[in-house]
Amino acid sequence: MSPQTIEFIQQLINGLSLGAIYALIALGYTMVFGVLRFINFAHGDLYMVGSFAGWMLFAAPEDESKTGVWASLSRSFAAIPPGMTKVLLALMLAMMICAALGILIEWLCYRPLRQRPRITVLITAIGVSLFLESFGQYIWGAAPKSFPTLIEDTAIEIPESWGSIASLTLLKGQIITFCTTLGLLAALTFIVLKTKIGMAMRALALNQTACSLVGVNVNFVVAFTFGLGSALAGAAGILTSIQQPSIDPLMGILPGLKAFVAAVLGGIGNLAGAVLGAFLLGIVETMVVGYISPTYRDAVAFAVLIFILLLRPSGLLGKNIREKV
Amino acid sequence: MKRSTFLATVLALSISAYAQDEIIVGEFASLTGGSASFGQSSHKGTQLAIDELNAAGGLLGKKLRLITEDDQSLAGQPATIVRKLITQDKAIAILGEVASSKSLEAAPICQQSKIPMISPASTNPKVTEVGDYIFRICFIDPFQGTVMSKFALEKGYKKIALLTDVKQDYSVGLSEFFVKHYAANGGSIVKDQKYSTGDKDFKAQLTSIKTTKPDAIFVPGYYGEVALIAKQAKQLGIKAPLLGGDGWVGDSLLKVAGNSLDGSFFSSHFSSEDKTTAVQDFVAKYKAKYGQAPDDMGALGYDSAMILADAIKRAGTTESAKLREAIAATKDYKGITGAITLDEKRNASKSAVIMTIENAGYKFLQTVAP
Repeated sequence: MSPQTIEFIQQLINGLSLGAIYALIALGYTMVFGVLRFINFAHGDLYMVGSFAGWMLFAAPEDESKTGVWASLSRSFAAIPPGMTKVLLALMLAMMICAALGILIEWLCYRPLRQRPRITVLITAIGVSLFLESFGQYIWGAAPKSFPTLIEDTAIEIPESWGSIASLTLLKGQIITFCTTLGLLAALTFIVLKTKIGMAMRALALNQTACSLVGVNVNFVVAFTFGLGSALAGAAGILTSIQQPSIDPLMGILPGLKAFVAAVLGGIGNLAGAVLGAFLLGIVETMVVGYISPTYRDAVAFAVLIFILLLRPSGLLGKNIREKV
Repeated sequence: MKRSTFLATVLALSISAYAQDEIIVGEFASLTGGSASFGQSSHKGTQLAIDELNAAGGLLGKKLRLITEDDQSLAGQPATIVRKLITQDKAIAILGEVASSKSLEAAPICQQSKIPMISPASTNPKVTEVGDYIFRICFIDPFQGTVMSKFALEKGYKKIALLTDVKQDYSVGLSEFFVKHYAANGGSIVKDQKYSTGDKDFKAQLTSIKTTKPDAIFVPGYYGEVALIAKQAKQLGIKAPLLGGDGWVGDSLLKVAGNSLDGSFFSSHFSSEDKTTAVQDFVAKYKAKYGQAPDDMGALGYDSAMILADAIKRAGTTESAKLREAIAATKDYKGITGAITLDEKRNASKSAVIMTIENAGYKFLQTVAP
């Protein structure tokens, strides 16, 4: 293979691992939209909370002024050597913390407003987002923090005998991100399609009133959806931080926005669409940066969105449902 | 009606009373946000200088008061807070900022209000071109870029790739001046890549740089991004050293980058390893107050306040036109960061140092005279 082909494949790998992060965040947007028909703008900040959960649990206590339970927790986790066990532990804990926070936010901020006009909830979501960003800066400070090493993010050796492919660089972080995303996606598909709660979620997406009439516990299903979506965002936070170990309380804004674009691109409310849109966005962004100029990265990403929405107003995989007048 | 007149009188009296027994110095700095390390350090240096001056009895028989505002490292903020410092707090001079983009936002406001502004560390030439009230006490990018280019040529680097932060005037300027000198002296730029402040994933740019096999990569960015660039470059198997400027100086640089910057070089203003007594005294005082060694921005912050104090003493007043003249006349002031003389373009001409990184620690390499 020529060096150009190698470079192209390398960029494709970079794009896929970026897309995988977008996909995890986009799934949360799309699930909440599917069930409640509203955009949870605080979702990108849950991704930030996921990163900080990992930092609170695993960063060395003497590194920052940590006290009490966090210090003793991170002291006991420090004994685990960097590796897959540590990554999985961090993923699970961060997902649990984010799920709990997501459910709490829904219960405190969105549930009381469920019967109000949708714009009220939307504005509340923006408020929650700003609150999480500012509160994060208040307790952790605004300066970027160094994320602890969960696993050495080194390149995987490809045997020389494989020919020119050997000059490709596959980073552990990229592979873990990609595989975890696929795994979580499979788990999510199973939950939504094969379980009772998944059936309830799909039913709720169709008709909320009919659901409560046939005895579906709407509050529980909505809380479950928020928990699930937030857990995925938390996982994305940990996976990004393995690759880019510098975190700050405002890190969720841009990825949150991009993931929202990805969800709309794929057809908001559609799970497969969100993933497709996210990978597409990740690859397009990486190619623009690698071959054109990073200045145009966001411009091209949004141009793609506009173009696709012009051709298919309901997104790539979205169903075109006519609103009844 | 009567009550409001009374209130207004009290207010006016209190403001004038306040203006009489104190000299208000305004400072704007990025105390939080992406370049918080710059603002934190320069503010610590400035505060140390003001405290010292006050301990020695203040200036012109008055105490100094430093009012510091945080611009959160955000574009748009400096204009708002500097306007507040000038109109509301009645600052007689403004100190700040480190990042050139921020200084460029504040400079037109200071110029309009005829309040002298001294930037401790903005190296982009455009900053002082705004007008005759804008000064800086650091060297400028044409000098810094040339220093690094000369250094690269001396090292025998024939092929260099660039990675510039397009959102920072500082980075764009530094790249431009580096290329000008480097290309004119036989070096070749094999790749010109860019990124934006706040980016975290540089693998796309680095992948495309890697295929050109450069001898070194010039990354004139700020510490936050540089640390991640260094880390990802090592991961992608790039062995070429990185070269950079004073924007690298920040306490999280080595914390995030770990060993991946070993063997890299950058130009800067000051080294705490400098053995002269003035520097060692300053380092000791700074350590006693803050429990850490000063970096470049701390030293420059200190010098900026001291140069202002020196000018106030020479002017004998804080009246803006006279103060401006006194600052402009600064000649051979022995600062912590070297002898400072302000030229007719209100820039300081002074020496730079080249630092290297070994075992995740800074090491002083050489001093380069202007």
